[in-house]
Amino acid sequence: MYRYDEFDHTLVAERIATFRRQVQRRLSGDLTEDQFKPLRLMNGLYLQLHAYMLRVNIPYGCLSARQLRQLAYIARRYDRNFGHFTTRQNIQYNWIRLDETPDVLAALAEVEMNAMQSSGNCVRNITADQYAGRARDEVEDPRPWCELIRQWSILHPEFSYLPRKFKIAVSGAPVDRAAVKFHDVGLYLRRNADGVVGFEVIAGGGQGRLPYVGHTIRDWLPKEDLLSYLEAILRIYNLGGRRDNPQKARIKVQVNALGPDEFRRLVDEEWAQIRRSALLAVPRAEIERIAAYFADPAWEVLADDPVAVTRQRGVDPGFDDWYRANVVAHRTPGYAIVNLSLKAPGIAPGDLTADQMDKVADLADRFSIGELRVSHRQNLVFPDVRQGDLPALWQELRALSLATPNIGQLTDIIACPGLDFCSLANARAIPVAQDLSRHFGDAAVLQDVGELTINISGCMNACGHHHVGNIGILGVEKNGQEFYQLTLGGSSGEDASLGDRLGRSISAADVPPAIDAIVARYRALRLADERFLDTYRRVGIEPFKEAVYGARAREVA
Amino acid sequence: MTGQMILANRLTDGRVVFLAADGRWVDDIAGGAVATAPGVASQLLATARVAESRNAVIEPCLIDIRQVAGHRQPVAWREAIRATGPTVRTDLPA
Ligand code: SF4
Repeated sequence: MYRYDEFDHTLVAERIATFRRQVQRRLSGDLTEDQFKPLRLMNGLYLQLHAYMLRVNIPYGCLSARQLRQLAYIARRYDRNFGHFTTRQNIQYNWIRLDETPDVLAALAEVEMNAMQSSGNCVRNITADQYAGRARDEVEDPRPWCELIRQWSILHPEFSYLPRKFKIAVSGAPVDRAAVKFHDVGLYLRRNADGVVGFEVIAGGGQGRLPYVGHTIRDWLPKEDLLSYLEAILRIYNLGGRRDNPQKARIKVQVNALGPDEFRRLVDEEWAQIRRSALLAVPRAEIERIAAYFADPAWEVLADDPVAVTRQRGVDPGFDDWYRANVVAHRTPGYAIVNLSLKAPGIAPGDLTADQMDKVADLADRFSIGELRVSHRQNLVFPDVRQGDLPALWQELRALSLATPNIGQLTDIIACPGLDFCSLANARAIPVAQDLSRHFGDAAVLQDVGELTINISGCMNACGHHHVGNIGILGVEKNGQEFYQLTLGGSSGEDASLGDRLGRSISAADVPPAIDAIVARYRALRLADERFLDTYRRVGIEPFKEAVYGARAREVA
Repeated sequence: MTGQMILANRLTDGRVVFLAADGRWVDDIAGGAVATAPGVASQLLATARVAESRNAVIEPCLIDIRQVAGHRQPVAWREAIRATGPTVRTDLPA
């Protein structure tokens, strides 16, 4: 993992000292809320419905056991004993006091964490494939590049007041687990025809009120040109983004208004001016220095599929279910990537209590070389588990309710905080997810249905990624009541697509039966082991419309 | 009974508070002042704005309330959730 150097330590410490003074001036009345609000937002502190919320960066989703223990301490000492992992691989605390926020930031700094740029119109936390560095299908580890971008973008003087927020995701694998095409800029590490690794650059993707799949604006970019090219993109956006209208201020609107070709031309023109700048070149020594932080651990020489695991799979269907759903191939023989499901039936997606955090940290030390990851689907990952340890780890995770065998399946639901916490919400999202996870709790049904994602957002801002759920659920408000609009066919993967609206919105009580009807229709229509998404793409929306509305008596206008 | 109350977030901890008749800010909706007569609501709001300018609270607003099963409840669902807290994670201590 990356470790802070003296610059990082000094920068973060100075930032906390400044914010401590700003908080004191706010509390003493020297600053009004209007003056203070942008300052607190720069430090990740929002005011939500019930209290302040602090969003803490987890850079590209990488976390150490030591850091997780400190997150547990913060949850216990400063919050209500829990934290919420988000679709941006961050963690949010929902009950932080303003007067204690500088102390929380200081506690974070002790373990090399911060909340800088987790809000505001700047480059936000860089996100990545949660299996980075471990996936068998990976071309190259994206984490050193994420760290490079983080260092370049933190307090970048030219990009601290962008027209709107700016999100960058990086994947080193052809299978997209990071929703790369739905970011302001998305990067795939790819080999060109000569076998040289560089970046495919995608721009103008995003969700929210105006969702777009990003456009490839460069098929292949040499790695050493990454920062100059990103700088050129940000400059074109900074100059041309719609500052007059916050709804249209994201780069996706600019890219789609100009058209990808014209946007590309502008970027190339700018890039030609700065490409040779020594400041923006990526010296090989520097990227090697950063990459050294992500060097492979000293893996043992082990064989795949140890007898203990195959035997356990044979005799214990519960273990076998978990193995098939939550364990992923590792690039090193004898090791496995293990997903910890934060989606047990009835649990708020992405929530972890302080006690669970402490215990997960202990398990990470015992089973995963002290490291873990956060996925954008709001789960945790142990990246380095010896396969022979899987039965023991499974038992431990079961005791913590973190072994539900549902990764990528019907009850692995993404849900934003919604109207239970968020001041922008139209409707609640978490209770809908809880209902659905209880409703579809039967492991046999989950297994039979297979890969099917459900994503829920409490408003059009789409933090719950509803546009790209195979089934999307969007909370809307009508005459003071909560209703839910369904979309079908979204995908955040390499086969990216936006969901199609199914029809009129339905009540919360009608959501589980509607999903039942959709799932039943899929099971009736699928060919062999066709995924839901593929069946949907083959047969279209009509059979599902008929399944939901044809059978629904309580449909509402 | 229907009426209006003032709801705001307290500056120090962001918690939801209600303006009481004596000008204090209280956590419990039952302790807040209810305006039922014309003109009283705007007086409450004026008091709240003074408190805001003195940095006691943030974004005070008038909300409509009604009586449900003997308890005051904000009419708007959003404010009802603010008044009583999230509908989830009620398992954890406040
Ligand atoms: S989608 Fe809307 S309700 Fe959900 S967290 Fe984002 S802004 Fe809040």
